[in-house]
Amino acid sequence: MSHKWAMVVDLDRCTGCEACVVACHAENNIPTAGEDQAARGRAMHWIRVERSWEGDFPNPQIRFQPVLCQQCDDAPCEPVCPTYASYHTSEGLNGQAYNRCIGTRFCANACPYNVRFFNFYNPTWDLPLNLQLNPDVSLRSVGVMEKCTFCVQRIKSAEIQAEAEKREMKDGDFTTACAQSCASKALVFGDLNDPNSEVSRLERSSRATKLLGELGTKPNVTYLERGTWQDATNG
Amino acid sequence: MPLTAEKIEQDLLYPIFHTSVKYWIAVGIASCLVLAGVAAFGYQLYTGIGVWGINSPVFWAFDITNFVFWIGISHAGTLISAILRLCNATWRRPVTRCAEAITVFAILIGGIIPLCHIGRPWLAFWMIPYPNQRFIWPNFRSPLAWDFFAISTYLTGSTIFLYLPTIPDFASVRDAATGIRKKIYRVLALGWQGTPRQWQRLEIAMHIMAIAIVPVAVSVHTIVSWDFAMTLVPMWHSSIFGPYFVVGAIFSGIAALMLAMALLRKFLHLEEYLKPTHFDNLGKLLLTMSLLWFYFTFAERMTTWYGNAPSEMTVFWTTIRQQFAPFFWIMVFCNFLIPVPILAVKRFRTITGTAIASCAIVVGMWLERFLIIIPALDHKYLPYSWGHYRPTWVEDTLMAAGFGAMALLYLLFTKFVPMISIWEMKVGLQPHGGIPVSTPEGEHYGLVLEGPLPLDEMR
Repeated sequence: MSHKWAMVVDLDRCTGCEACVVACHAENNIPTAGEDQAARGRAMHWIRVERSWEGDFPNPQIRFQPVLCQQCDDAPCEPVCPTYASYHTSEGLNGQAYNRCIGTRFCANACPYNVRFFNFYNPTWDLPLNLQLNPDVSLRSVGVMEKCTFCVQRIKSAEIQAEAEKREMKDGDFTTACAQSCASKALVFGDLNDPNSEVSRLERSSRATKLLGELGTKPNVTYLERGTWQDATNG
Repeated sequence: MPLTAEKIEQDLLYPIFHTSVKYWIAVGIASCLVLAGVAAFGYQLYTGIGVWGINSPVFWAFDITNFVFWIGISHAGTLISAILRLCNATWRRPVTRCAEAITVFAILIGGIIPLCHIGRPWLAFWMIPYPNQRFIWPNFRSPLAWDFFAISTYLTGSTIFLYLPTIPDFASVRDAATGIRKKIYRVLALGWQGTPRQWQRLEIAMHIMAIAIVPVAVSVHTIVSWDFAMTLVPMWHSSIFGPYFVVGAIFSGIAALMLAMALLRKFLHLEEYLKPTHFDNLGKLLLTMSLLWFYFTFAERMTTWYGNAPSEMTVFWTTIRQQFAPFFWIMVFCNFLIPVPILAVKRFRTITGTAIASCAIVVGMWLERFLIIIPALDHKYLPYSWGHYRPTWVEDTLMAAGFGAMALLYLLFTKFVPMISIWEMKVGLQPHGGIPVSTPEGEHYGLVLEGPLPLDEMR
């Protein structure tokens, strides 16, 4: 059975704790840009929590929105890459072949979500943090674009595991680092081709919307939102 | 003293055999700029492209601004000269060579910039569709791949287009030179003897190239515009971009050409060749382009404003009345409000007048490219990820090096090649005024390098 990997982000559940951001950094060997570089707009977070608020104390309307690569079916980043470094995988992921990337940065300009990140320098890790790098994920060198992969290394190892056990993959075999670390279960990852998976069930929710859906990029990340947390507490 | 064949040859070969101190100073300054650029690029290669001011989300900035600017400048020569040749506009003769040279050098500079701007310049050859064991090809859907082919075609075409009409002039230099120089020019002249058969072939080749280069030139800047228009970025995704860029390119190209002509006229003492009438004629063309540029800018802004799409209006207002507004209004001033009065009034359409207008236009058109690229990128859709851009000294140095390289290449060119086509000027002296004459061997301009043309015999 082929897969169509997808994620549901329940904004009514998100507390904005940013555990997903930390987990993603640890899982995917994402270097921390540092204060200086971050101030220059070079922070690298494959998933970020966008904060927005309306009104002032004591009644601010606060909203958290985790934004990661939307793994679009019609991804604007893919056709513009002159070397096929950004490409579409058979399972619907927006792949990024680091070794093939020459760093034109066209994909990052074309992406309406700004979820592609560029290695402005060769990444470094302060000792002994280099010892905690994930061996399943390659390090990216200077001049290369990188982005959320939906933890493709976890997808692959789960596939191999299922094949070794001579069975189909099933919902809950594995999940992405961000979804795994989400305390309020706001992030749910799974296979849309499995109609009984949790992600399929949630995707059919009446609260479901797509981020910038009007652009026609057909994202595979779905956002669930009824209203603000004040709405929820008021009833 | 009226122009004669001898005087033309003497005047136009003079700069090749005589070098002034001023020339060496100019070459020195230009070389310093180029060397500074090479050093800055070396530093960037060693440290990482992070030494630039680019960031997320402004991934393209000065680099691509300068790329579009130089490719735009390159539309001066080949296109103008091809059109004037095809129209048989006889006043074009002293203009074509210096225009075609601008084209070749501007494409060279414009073509190098993308190679320096990518994250891993040492892998730039992956843009070339070369056979390899892995069967990996460039992505032909990418506008950058189209760019690669368009620009390399344009560079090849315009180099041939520059070289062909220079062959008889290389022969003139060969005949006037001695020693090693004679040997070099013998190679460059490709055995030119000035036989009717050679003239005829040259005419045919130039005619083919003049026709072929026009669609190439138009397609090049259209494809450059598609680097932007093929994306979903607000204010980039627009069908007007193709023609808008072509018009802007020709506009800035003519301005650069007129600046170069004014400088050549002054420093190479070409007053008898580049006459006020040339500046007057090109000034009218520049006026047309200025009006066209305004029309396109107005049409682009007007449709965006009425469409009133929120993401586009964000970029629209940033350029018109928020942080980029000063640049926008300077651009309108430079591209329209300064040039139009100067170029429209005959009294102001002098050499000085057109030079002032051209300076303004070159600045204005650089700003136009800057305003297309940066405001759109740093105000893309999700406000949380908006950014701002400030160039670093590395980008400034590389930009200065671009101008230095243009100056250097042009200066060196004046030393090796007659800046005005000697043989075409001589054709202009003929009673038939350069209209092709028929001979038993076909049509040709019928010019023999030595002495006046025995026209009656050839008829």
